[in-house]
Amino acid sequence: MSLQALTYLVVGLSFALYIGIAIWSRAHSTGDFYIAGKGVSPIANGMATAADWMSAASFISMAGLIAFLGYDGSVYLMGWTGGYVLLALLLAPYLRKFGKFTVPEFIAERYYSKTARIVAVICLIFISFTYVAGQMRGVGIVFSRFLEVEVTTGLLIGMGVVFIYAVLGGMKGITYTQVAQYCVLIFAYTVPAVFIAIQITGNPIPQLAFGSEIPGTGTALLDKLNDIVTSLGFTEYTSGSKSRIDVFCITMALMVGTAGLPHVIVRFFTVPRVRDARISAGYALLFIAILYTTAPAVGSMARYNLINTMQPGEVGSVDGNLAYEDRPGWFDTWRQTGLVTFDDKNGDGRIQYYNDSNPEFAALAADYGWSGNELDVDRDIMVLANPEIAGLPDWVIALVAAGGIAAALSTAAGLLLVISAAVSHDLIKGIFLPNISDKRELMAGRIAAAFAIAIAGYLGFDPPGWVAQVVAFAFGLAAASLFPAILLGIFFKRINKEGAIAGMLTGLIFTYGYIEFFKGLFLKWAGAPWGTNTAEYWLFGISPEGIGVIGMCLNFAVAIAVSYATKPPPERIQHMVEHIRVPRDLSTKG
Amino acid sequence: MATPELVRQYWKANLRLVGICLVIWFICSYGFGVLWVDQLNQVRFGGFQLGFWFAQQGSIYVFVALIFFYAWRMNRLDRKFDVHED
Repeated sequence: MSLQALTYLVVGLSFALYIGIAIWSRAHSTGDFYIAGKGVSPIANGMATAADWMSAASFISMAGLIAFLGYDGSVYLMGWTGGYVLLALLLAPYLRKFGKFTVPEFIAERYYSKTARIVAVICLIFISFTYVAGQMRGVGIVFSRFLEVEVTTGLLIGMGVVFIYAVLGGMKGITYTQVAQYCVLIFAYTVPAVFIAIQITGNPIPQLAFGSEIPGTGTALLDKLNDIVTSLGFTEYTSGSKSRIDVFCITMALMVGTAGLPHVIVRFFTVPRVRDARISAGYALLFIAILYTTAPAVGSMARYNLINTMQPGEVGSVDGNLAYEDRPGWFDTWRQTGLVTFDDKNGDGRIQYYNDSNPEFAALAADYGWSGNELDVDRDIMVLANPEIAGLPDWVIALVAAGGIAAALSTAAGLLLVISAAVSHDLIKGIFLPNISDKRELMAGRIAAAFAIAIAGYLGFDPPGWVAQVVAFAFGLAAASLFPAILLGIFFKRINKEGAIAGMLTGLIFTYGYIEFFKGLFLKWAGAPWGTNTAEYWLFGISPEGIGVIGMCLNFAVAIAVSYATKPPPERIQHMVEHIRVPRDLSTKG
Repeated sequence: MATPELVRQYWKANLRLVGICLVIWFICSYGFGVLWVDQLNQVRFGGFQLGFWFAQQGSIYVFVALIFFYAWRMNRLDRKFDVHED
């Protein structure tokens, strides 16, 4: 069977599975639709959370990013896992005890204010749409590369599948589909990693392989990698080029942002008990960790493989570089997509891959007769092309395509659901039509989900230029706005609505302003960015990616100061806080 | 029966446990993986430099272990102070 037919078969089977699950687990009430009737087992919720969390970016881009960033890539590894500790210890059990449907609903009740609810809904919708646009784009890319259809066609197929199971099944359908998607994506991620680990080091476990010796050389893989990359003018793989404070702040912004993302928080509303919410966060992180500890191994081995392929002989010797006519097959397939580019600048018919923006290396490169780096490999293709680069069998390549689509669809569905819940539950029922019946609210939720899919599809088809930057914005925003408001709401009874609203707005405006100033988001027409985006101009040397941390601190400070300057929250709110801190329902049993 | 006094003590014990866990969380990621990474990189751990290993592997293992540890200890606290569910 040809690779393309095999890919169609594997992807088609996975789609049939998702739709089958959706029909089996249809939603019958708003409780089913928003939070799966609170009946999901902690392990199933853990898997669903993991699939929800690991997006097209985690699956497709992260290992490639780490391959090129080396140590600096650690910000993503720690940042996108450590937030679960904050979730399990500080938020999930208490929000589960609160026992309602959405994050803005908690903010509204804790801060007895419709204004606070509207602010929270705005944050939520912005964060979620940003994300979902990237997911739909990821679906389109995987489709166009592996199934050789137009990006638009791929996008429409992806939208159709999400439409069926999100609109029909709501949270219940999504949860069980995500369990299946987790299995597909983790299998697709680890199988090629194991193959490559065996090829390079002989050790089948990727997490150990990248700390192993390369057989026959007596040198560890990472030491060898350090040697080769420095001999080509790159920064040493195991030490980075970002400043310590920046690494610190980006990691913190991603961690806190994770804990403040509505589509992640809401997953812990679906389990039956408070103690299930705690343990479920543990399972979620365990399932996430399987991919997140494999990714740095894949990254280092992919970098090693790539350089070894391009530089088979000694650096600087005439025949040390790969001759163009000896190029491997994947080189041409990926070149057609424009994600691999080659330009024989010195006309020697060989491929030179090195760091030509390192001034200290320039003289040496000139000595070698090199006139610039000739090969550009897009970071996004490292995982997708890895099986081909390593010469793995066709079924592995087909599996990776299905895995990438599973990762993108599962995240998109989770995001679309929180958007539709925010519209039907927080806006329509919470503010405009408080007396709407359960049945009509469910219908409103389905219509909102359908609209959200259409908008997401449009954003994926025609992404505004700023999608990449806005990812940093989404995390910074969540860290600076929602996270402090929820945390203070649980741990400090004294925080009142004035404090919470002032804090959220301060964090939001500061973080948004800083990113707009250095990177430019919506005000490009007015001349943004106004600042030079380099370390010497940054506040305390913190890049816009990490500035959410300062926004969060400001939010805390303002919320506490304003709360103490105004009158305490009403008695019933203080009772509510006491109530959510304790697992048992004391009002009826105690 | 959980009295208000017991509930107060329960909350205090919970805050103490959260505090301990967060200190470990901070040291293993921001400490070993970021702030003291250069010093730890002088130490070899198999084929890894130790600081690099913490930044890309070790911290994640510690995170997973911490959540399970917290969940286990909290279940015990819930029973001890008679505030558990069911």
